[in-house]
Amino acid sequence: MNIFTRLSPVDLNAICCSSGQFVASTRKLHVGTDGPKSPPAAGAPERLPFSRVTEEDLAFFRKILPGRTITDPDLVESSNVDWLKSMKDFFSPAGSSEVLLRPQKTEEVSQIIRYCNSRNLAVNPQGGNTGLVGGSVPVYDEIILSTSLMNNILSFDSISGILTCQAGCVLENLSLYLEERDYIMPLDLGAKGSCQIGGNVATNAGGLRLLRYGSLHGTVLGLEVVLADGQVLDCLASLRKDNTGYDLKQLFIGSEGTLGVITAVSILCPRKPKSVNVVFLGCETYEQLLKAFQLCRGMLGEILSAFEFLDSECMRLLNTHLKLPNPISDCPFYIVIETSGSDPKHDAEKLHNFLEEAMASSLVSDGTVATEESKIKALWSMRERVTEALTHDGFTYKYDISLPLEQIYQLVIDMRQHLGGRAKSVVGYGHVGDGNLHLNITSSTKDPALLAAIEPFVYEWTASCRGSISAEHGLGLKKRNYIYYSKPSQAVGLMGNIKAMLDPKGILNPYKTLPDDVK
Amino acid sequence: MSGRVLVGVKRVIDYAVKIRVKPDNSGVVTDGVKHSMNPFCEIAVEEAVKLKEKKLIKEVVAVSCGPQQSQETIRTALAMGADRGIHVEVTGKDYENLGPLQVSKILAALAKKEDAQLVILGKQAIDDDCNQTGQMTAALLDWPQGTFASEVALEADKIKVVREIDGGLETIKVNTPAVLTADLRLNTPRYATLPNIMKAKKKKIANVKPADLGVDLTSRLEVLRVEEPPQRQAGVKVETVDDLVGKLKEAGRI
Repeated sequence: MNIFTRLSPVDLNAICCSSGQFVASTRKLHVGTDGPKSPPAAGAPERLPFSRVTEEDLAFFRKILPGRTITDPDLVESSNVDWLKSMKDFFSPAGSSEVLLRPQKTEEVSQIIRYCNSRNLAVNPQGGNTGLVGGSVPVYDEIILSTSLMNNILSFDSISGILTCQAGCVLENLSLYLEERDYIMPLDLGAKGSCQIGGNVATNAGGLRLLRYGSLHGTVLGLEVVLADGQVLDCLASLRKDNTGYDLKQLFIGSEGTLGVITAVSILCPRKPKSVNVVFLGCETYEQLLKAFQLCRGMLGEILSAFEFLDSECMRLLNTHLKLPNPISDCPFYIVIETSGSDPKHDAEKLHNFLEEAMASSLVSDGTVATEESKIKALWSMRERVTEALTHDGFTYKYDISLPLEQIYQLVIDMRQHLGGRAKSVVGYGHVGDGNLHLNITSSTKDPALLAAIEPFVYEWTASCRGSISAEHGLGLKKRNYIYYSKPSQAVGLMGNIKAMLDPKGILNPYKTLPDDVK
Repeated sequence: MSGRVLVGVKRVIDYAVKIRVKPDNSGVVTDGVKHSMNPFCEIAVEEAVKLKEKKLIKEVVAVSCGPQQSQETIRTALAMGADRGIHVEVTGKDYENLGPLQVSKILAALAKKEDAQLVILGKQAIDDDCNQTGQMTAALLDWPQGTFASEVALEADKIKVVREIDGGLETIKVNTPAVLTADLRLNTPRYATLPNIMKAKKKKIANVKPADLGVDLTSRLEVLRVEEPPQRQAGVKVETVDDLVGKLKEAGRI
């Protein structure tokens, strides 16, 4: 696993960031990138000249989707608001769609999109609405196209492990279905009870199992996508290997609903492990944590399925807001390690050897192990519920950053120092095994001065390490203009060309993913 | 007083696992299913270890009756702080028919053999929900019992027990030796920490057969049939009020 594969080619004269030293003229340090051409625009862009919905349009929708064309403001309201309830704070008037459409079949989606394209009506595809960057809710009056009723499993091959289903299937439901058949989904995330597989694919969701099973770019075998002109692109073949021409599905994975609406997915699923162990460890320093990771890779090897971390500030929030007690003694850093394998004896022995070594070399100061389902869930919730705990701490500023492993915690330390007492809490946690930090800052109320201190400091710091300003959450509305911190303008220009080719009128999820200067 | 506490720990199907009935309705599927220590037994172990930490008792002995795998359950108790374990080997048909009567005979025999001052059990097991073993053990030993304990305090040679009962809480004082059964709110079991998990691997688990204790395992009960509870019929979701009215009319409700 190489975290550098997604970064620009190295400029040999570039200066790598080191602790505390951060050069003011950052443009030279954006390796291969030009940096933003002007300070990124905050807030939302102006409304583009799309048509507005008329009674005739509603009549058409009602004919295609009888009883599933929602215009009652109370019912549309929840689809207008994102999970973090942050978009109304982001800009005003936020999310004022008046129409929610709920198709059940691909054919209905095709007819709707074809019609909207001909009428120049903007469309906001929406799955579980759990995205964290404002990509799933309307900016203005875009029609919300929900996949929630497209929740059928189409087929499952128990020999190959290939699952084919509609885009609106909830991830947790797919997991339960597969578990009964001795398989599991290749991805798992905290939002599993609400997020839908179509949305997961559209955002190239990462999650807790990426370390072991890889990204959706590898596990998705086929897609059915409705294009901006209403055409149904059938690339749903469920073959493990198929090198016949350009691999179009890769374009749509991670496209955040801007290149097409995903209506069906076929995905390769791994076997359910017979033996799962979860270990919760405490480390005194981040350096020890990294050494523990190396030891883990060496001694647990192929059975390692997750390596996550959280800091003591996260633990404090879990204790305070969710009343979850610390399973072990208080330490500066906590690691959650999961192993998955086919033989309990073999895994237990490997784990035992690793833990003995970790304790003997003092990499780990305390820890606990769980093999039972109920205890495993309890230990995982210490990591999975940090996001929830943060929502109780106040207004949250969320950053999802990819960095070289050694630098991950330095950003948290530098941010704390930089903000001084202006923030309520500054916490770091995340998929450290994948080089992915979730940096979160809270304040008791929305604080523009605090935001100005955080941004662009966090983006410039990330760019100076050739990191990604959005490791897995995507760009959505909130981060669209920061793309230049992690991608050269030439690349962004090409993205714009592809968008223009696939969606000339720009009706699919407008205002998102691509920066304003590319429209 | 010996200062020794006997704690019974039962290996049951983990409470997070979905239970499946065997196709022949003779029982539930246990093969390949995740098992763990009965949650109320965990609470019992925690209470015993706490008493030892307060230096009110000297030794905690964890006991489990069952096949080879019961030793894992004993190891968990050792990792929580029990000093040693006793594995009473019961396998095959005997294990399938093992119930509170036989277990209480075994525990009574062990309590005498080990000269225990206290026997602490979970109030019931989550697989059979019998809630009988503690009471039967006390009767066989002719010891007082403090069941459904949500609070336990040792006072000289008596024990004050606050019991959870239907009407609220009842406080009683029992003489020692005694049998106590743990209820949910007695304590919150600790996570076994790594140093203790490592230490536990070196603690002793003695092997004993029921016959050695003079216990007859014959069951007085015969399980005739095991069935799932009746399936709840799925409801029907309708999109509009008209559909709802239509469906109610169809069902003859209006």
